Amino acid sequence: MKNWKNNVQLTWMVVLRLLIGWHFLYEGIAKLVNPNWTSAFYLLDSQGWFAPFFHSLTINPDVLATVDFLNVWGLIFIGLGLVLGLFTRVATMAGIVLLAFYYLSHPPLVGLKYASPMEGNYLVVDKTLIELVALAVLYVFPTGKEIGLDRWVLGESCWGKKRTKNK
Amino acid sequence: MERDNKENNRSVKVHRREWLKTLATVPVLGVFAYAWYRKRRYDRLLKKNIFSELNMSTNPVPAPPPVSQGKTIRLGIIGYGIRGPHLARAAGFAHPAWIDTVRDAAAVNPSDSRYQDFLAQDDLNVVVTGVCDIFDTYGKLAVEAGANIYREGTGGKMGDAPRRFKNYRELCASPDIDAVIIATPDHWHGPMTIEAARNGKHVYCEKPMTWTVPETYEVVKAVKENGVVFQLGHQGRQTESYIKAREAIEKDLLGKITLIEVTTNRNDPNGAWVYPIHPDAGPDTIDWEQFIGPAPWHEFSLERFFRWRCWWDYSTGLSGDLLTHEYDAMNQILGLGIPRSAVSSGGIYFYKDGRTVPDVLHTVFEYPEKDLTLMYSATLASQRSRGKVIMGHDASMEMGNTLIIKADPASTRYAEQIRKGIIDPSLPIYTYTPGTKQVDAVTSATEQYFAGRGLLYTYRGGKRVDTTHLHIREWIDAIRTGAPTSCHIDAGFDEAMTAHMGTIAYREGRKVYWDPDKQQIM
Repeated sequence: MKNWKNNVQLTWMVVLRLLIGWHFLYEGIAKLVNPNWTSAFYLLDSQGWFAPFFHSLTINPDVLATVDFLNVWGLIFIGLGLVLGLFTRVATMAGIVLLAFYYLSHPPLVGLKYASPMEGNYLVVDKTLIELVALAVLYVFPTGKEIGLDRWVLGESCWGKKRTKNK
Repeated sequence: MERDNKENNRSVKVHRREWLKTLATVPVLGVFAYAWYRKRRYDRLLKKNIFSELNMSTNPVPAPPPVSQGKTIRLGIIGYGIRGPHLARAAGFAHPAWIDTVRDAAAVNPSDSRYQDFLAQDDLNVVVTGVCDIFDTYGKLAVEAGANIYREGTGGKMGDAPRRFKNYRELCASPDIDAVIIATPDHWHGPMTIEAARNGKHVYCEKPMTWTVPETYEVVKAVKENGVVFQLGHQGRQTESYIKAREAIEKDLLGKITLIEVTTNRNDPNGAWVYPIHPDAGPDTIDWEQFIGPAPWHEFSLERFFRWRCWWDYSTGLSGDLLTHEYDAMNQILGLGIPRSAVSSGGIYFYKDGRTVPDVLHTVFEYPEKDLTLMYSATLASQRSRGKVIMGHDASMEMGNTLIIKADPASTRYAEQIRKGIIDPSLPIYTYTPGTKQVDAVTSATEQYFAGRGLLYTYRGGKRVDTTHLHIREWIDAIRTGAPTSCHIDAGFDEAMTAHMGTIAYREGRKVYWDPDKQQIM
């Protein structure tokens, strides 16, 4: 517990990890069970500097199918990783990359208008960016090896040491 | 020994704590699974309740049957201006220059699938043996398109060139033509259909069916007496969502329908019939006398030749050009027939370019036997989107390429479900979006207008197809198999008389009546 001053800090970091994980997991599963879901309309709605790149992903049906597949399963595996604390740092980094794509495809900058409805008012900063930064915080204050399956899978330690000791 | 035991106890404790710390968050997944199960069950119940109430089939409209087998149909094309080339392509004959254009466009923008769609269009087993256009340039283009049987670009391999006729009568009399496609100005639709039918040629005619009331009876007589297969050019008949809309009406999802609102909104010169004037056009290249035909004499005018829709002398205005599409859609879905009465108002409010037809028009048709009003409202100087809406006591249906049905908050039929929260009147109870996974590349404003109204593309078996192709195909199949066409001569009679009632009401400034016994406009 060397990284943590006390259990309260650790607890709230884990809670944050769980909530973001839950969010990713449900976003992935909701898309997975909707046979009509496609990222095409979202990608076509892209604005800003990277819009041409996001638009280009919709042109070829095979590319689009790959993007859809990676997005859905990416969300699900990142969600599971964060909730279970399994390969937490990989999942956290993957989540940051995915959210960066979302943010860059729809940056809430002055003068850009989107067809997809937004449920709040955003200027430069939106919830995607906040979630991204929250993941960045989780990345630099990792909790998977404290509370999570990483303790067992990647455990430098406790499990490993105990096992050798018990022998 | 005691120390050992103590060690062991501690080890077990540590071990347990290890387990706890490792698996502490796993139960969260259980909570997630439970929450998700509850949500799924709720959504399914909602859907099941709504669907069992609506009893709508969830299948898409099936793909059309294979092209009929049998003898090759020999086509004659009369009129190759704006609509003519589109109809020719729908039959399988594109001008090589058009192939070049769409092939280049697809190379620049891979989402532009016009070239790919055209190549994928089924071969209808037809040939073009004759063409007729009174403007030399268009006549030559028609010959080149008719010869393009291999769907090649400029410089590609061509088939036999069709014969170019200078007069439509000669084309209609030609023994090596079985069927004609008519895409000429409105004032020629009737005379050409009559001439073709009397020569035993099957007819596909652009809308509106006729330009005057008297010739409407003549057209019906000629088509029926000569037993030719007739199809009127309302390609909306093939629109998938309209077929679904008809099902919704048959299942009485809307309750008692009292008002139908159909509209036209356009806001560009092309949409207001100010078409470009071809640089090659002049008195030497245009057979002006033949253009005038049954119309009152006027000296040569390029504006009148290319922008003929702007004058009553050759046109039926908004009524014939655009109201007819909207009306035919409603006639297809509701079987409306000819209204009992019509009133119209409007004026030339924006395009003060010498035209005689109005650019703003509203026509109200009454159907007292059906207890409903059909209201048409149009402007050519605002693109504000207004839907095509059927209003019932229990629900309203908005139609375009997609179909949206919303329950009425004061509905009798859905009152119970609304109270229980199963139906939310602010959300659709039924939506139908053909080809949801398809991304369309629709280019111009006019094209978007048509696509939005289901007049450009539709879907069969999830594949995008041109409605005009399906409409021509149905006509060709009908010629070979004897099956009925969907926009047959009786539907055409309804369409023509309804449009004429609206026009007469506007031009004479009075309420116009239909006498169903005498089959006459009063």
